Amino acid sequence: MRAAPPLGLVEPGRGAGLLDVFRQRYLLRLIVRQEMRVRYHRSVLGLLWSYVKPGVQFVVYFFALGVFLKLNRSLEDFSVYLFSGFVLLNFFSEAFANASRSIVRNAALVKKIYLPRELFPVATTYVAAIHLLPQVVVLFLGALLVGWRPSDGAFAAAALGFAVVAVLVTGLGLMLAALNVYYRDFENVVDLVLVVVVWLSPVLYPWSFVKEAIGPAWLEQLYLANPLTIAAQLFQRAFWYPGAIGTPEAPAFEEIIPDIFTRGIVALLGSLILLVIGQVAFSRLEGRFAQEL
Amino acid sequence: MTAVIQVDHVSKGFVLRRGRSLKEMAVLVTKGRPLTDSFQAIHDLSLSVEQGETVGLLGLNGSGKSTLLKLISGVMRPDSGTVRVRGHVAGLIEVGAGLHPDLTGRENIFLNGAILGMSEVELRRQFDSIVDFSEIETFLETEVKFYSSGMFLRLAFSVAVHTDPDIFLVDEILSVGDGPFQDKCLARIQELSAEGRTLVVVSHDLDTVAKVCARGVLLETGHKIVDGSLEKAITRLRTAHR
Repeated sequence: MRAAPPLGLVEPGRGAGLLDVFRQRYLLRLIVRQEMRVRYHRSVLGLLWSYVKPGVQFVVYFFALGVFLKLNRSLEDFSVYLFSGFVLLNFFSEAFANASRSIVRNAALVKKIYLPRELFPVATTYVAAIHLLPQVVVLFLGALLVGWRPSDGAFAAAALGFAVVAVLVTGLGLMLAALNVYYRDFENVVDLVLVVVVWLSPVLYPWSFVKEAIGPAWLEQLYLANPLTIAAQLFQRAFWYPGAIGTPEAPAFEEIIPDIFTRGIVALLGSLILLVIGQVAFSRLEGRFAQEL
Repeated sequence: MTAVIQVDHVSKGFVLRRGRSLKEMAVLVTKGRPLTDSFQAIHDLSLSVEQGETVGLLGLNGSGKSTLLKLISGVMRPDSGTVRVRGHVAGLIEVGAGLHPDLTGRENIFLNGAILGMSEVELRRQFDSIVDFSEIETFLETEVKFYSSGMFLRLAFSVAVHTDPDIFLVDEILSVGDGPFQDKCLARIQELSAEGRTLVVVSHDLDTVAKVCARGVLLETGHKIVDGSLEKAITRLRTAHR
């Protein structure tokens, strides 16, 4: 005879959300591995594609903005500045786009077997982070090449910038993944947001241009309230700033928002609040996933 | 004895939206048709299953059997009433739901096993046994999409019967594969039941259900009609529809 099952009757299908994902790390790892395998299935370049795509985008932006629009001249090491913010936004875009589609894409499983559904958006964010890593390595080497040297706060800024985006995108991903089950319109909303987001942070243009042009202080604060702006600036603080000295007309410190670390911590707290909201929304909507899909 | 599945006054309905886009809705409104249809799958149903029981859920298509199974597994939540379970619930709501066509047999064993709640240690310990049972050794490194339907089902079933749930739910899967494999599956299910696991089986194949289940619950349009011995439920099912 089998040992008696644990005491206490519980309602099935009511998990502890992200905590359950943490408890089921093995399953998360397998789902991530599956995503990677399937993504690069029958592909010659495989994971190398995660270099090719940002590489091409980078070259296009570099020539269009750096050379044609002459940002090269107004900003020292423009290529490193551009790439610093760019890799982080790429991480956000990939994670957000895929996370918001993750539940619908795994409909077959969600409808048939109960498992913590948060696994799917979290796994896609994880995959995006795996893609970010080699880009950061390239960025680091590029920064070294133009004179980056270890300095105070560089690594802390990088870690904080990554944390802000990772937490933010997990929260937003959970929310949109759940909403997308009910109305597929949200896929288009996400795509639209991603088009706008690239231009809403000082990534393709320097921060000093914004400060000059933006006008009223409240508008400037609104611009700075975007956690992605802060995160991108943290990456620029980490990889671009230590190697840039600047000229009397364009000193490097003018390009980094003052109190960037304080703002970074505030952005992280804000993202954590969004994550909680995302989780609550997900749990509320989750009850009807199986019948809506 | 202790109840492991406790279903109290559960109702479950579905709302079928006829149109979701603005255009479709506008058309329906102008024609004066309702925007939604509702359908009640389960009406105020109560059921208590003790540990080690073997229950066959019977009924015609659309009687609410599969919905009830999904409520017990946690995939769906009831509109009213409560469903509570004790211990780990697993099973096959549909064969192969967790199999990924682009992954190999070996990868699928690990992924599907983990989805059904097995730990890494358990999977490594059971791996050889799963492969033996499924009889697909030579195709272990082949992607599952190249499997024949029989091989696919054998792999899925084999993983499922190696999980270690307290409550095992089986939906219409006893008709898996050829004769010898079906016998093997039945034997394995009887073995699981003999170990003291609780079994809830949905099947239209009454002979098969009779081999594994002692208790029968007959559903008709979401109502519980019979709850007693399996023979009683089968007799009622046969007389009602002949």
